[in-house]
Amino acid sequence: MTTQPKIGVLYSRVRVEEKWIFAALLQRGVDFERLDDRMIYFDVDNPQPWKQFDAVLERSISYARGLYALKTLNAWGIPTVNTAAVAEACGDKIATANALSAAGVPQPATMIAFTPESALEAIETFGYPVVLKPVVGSWGRLLAKINDRDAAEAILEHKSVLGSYQHSIFYIQEFIEKPGRDIRVLMVGDHAIAAIYRKSPHWITNTARGGEGEVCPLTPALEEISVNAAQAVGGGVLAVDVIEHPEKGYLVNEINHTLEFHTAQPTSGVDIAGAIVDYVIEVAKENVKGY
Amino acid sequence: MSTTNCPECAAVIELEAGTEENEIIVCPDCGVDLEVTSLNPLTVELAPMEAEDWGE
Repeated sequence: MTTQPKIGVLYSRVRVEEKWIFAALLQRGVDFERLDDRMIYFDVDNPQPWKQFDAVLERSISYARGLYALKTLNAWGIPTVNTAAVAEACGDKIATANALSAAGVPQPATMIAFTPESALEAIETFGYPVVLKPVVGSWGRLLAKINDRDAAEAILEHKSVLGSYQHSIFYIQEFIEKPGRDIRVLMVGDHAIAAIYRKSPHWITNTARGGEGEVCPLTPALEEISVNAAQAVGGGVLAVDVIEHPEKGYLVNEINHTLEFHTAQPTSGVDIAGAIVDYVIEVAKENVKGY
Repeated sequence: MSTTNCPECAAVIELEAGTEENEIIVCPDCGVDLEVTSLNPLTVELAPMEAEDWGE
């Protein structure tokens, strides 16, 4: 084990989050290397070039690139943040739903179907409105709030005919009347370090779709469900998105494993980038079981 | 200050202090997303388009 760990940071583009992370690494005097996921490649029989890293922080903007990089690195025994197993559990909404269900973490009622006919049957057990989401997707993209059977039939047909095979995996959720906001809890390890409301008059509250951030108090109940959710998918550096159901209370909607925090950091005043870097350093020093 | 031109509309591009390589900037004229592919010499290219699996 080296006394000065060497960190690799896999990225696609330098967003403000990456700028903050690089600054935090520099501030701590960490030996690190930027790894552009468009330029790197792996020889599956030769891990040696990658063994120089005591840990790799995955900040890819592409779920697929990040996931396959993590799988390869973890197969070679190189610690990563997050691990491939966590990335897979978070990036695939069905995997997330299964992990949350197995751990008993409250989430919106969810069904899965593979044909428009069975999906319509599942949808009508919920009644309308109902929500349809792609299994892999982010930033509020390709979400559908389906208000009646006519819309359901149209959307199911469009997805199955126009989409890739993944769009014929129908992920169906109950629609929840949110109080004009949802909550994002930033997790590092087993610790909730910050929380913000994402407020929007639209039912899609992602900041990528115009949602605005506001500080959210980290109550014991909110912290508890967030910790449980993070542990359910394997833990690490995660953003747990929580919905306030009018009757059921806190429900975990989804978990993000390559979190953006350009709203959460200035809104909360918490040095999220610094916390992430400190966690990666711990993983690199093998003080935390990262892999 | 070094400058370059937007590959889309030829507008003059000047970088803000602290801009890093591989950062995305917006052309002040045509609004297209550009990636800073090199700081020295200053080079910008059209930023890659958002793909279906992009996000967090």
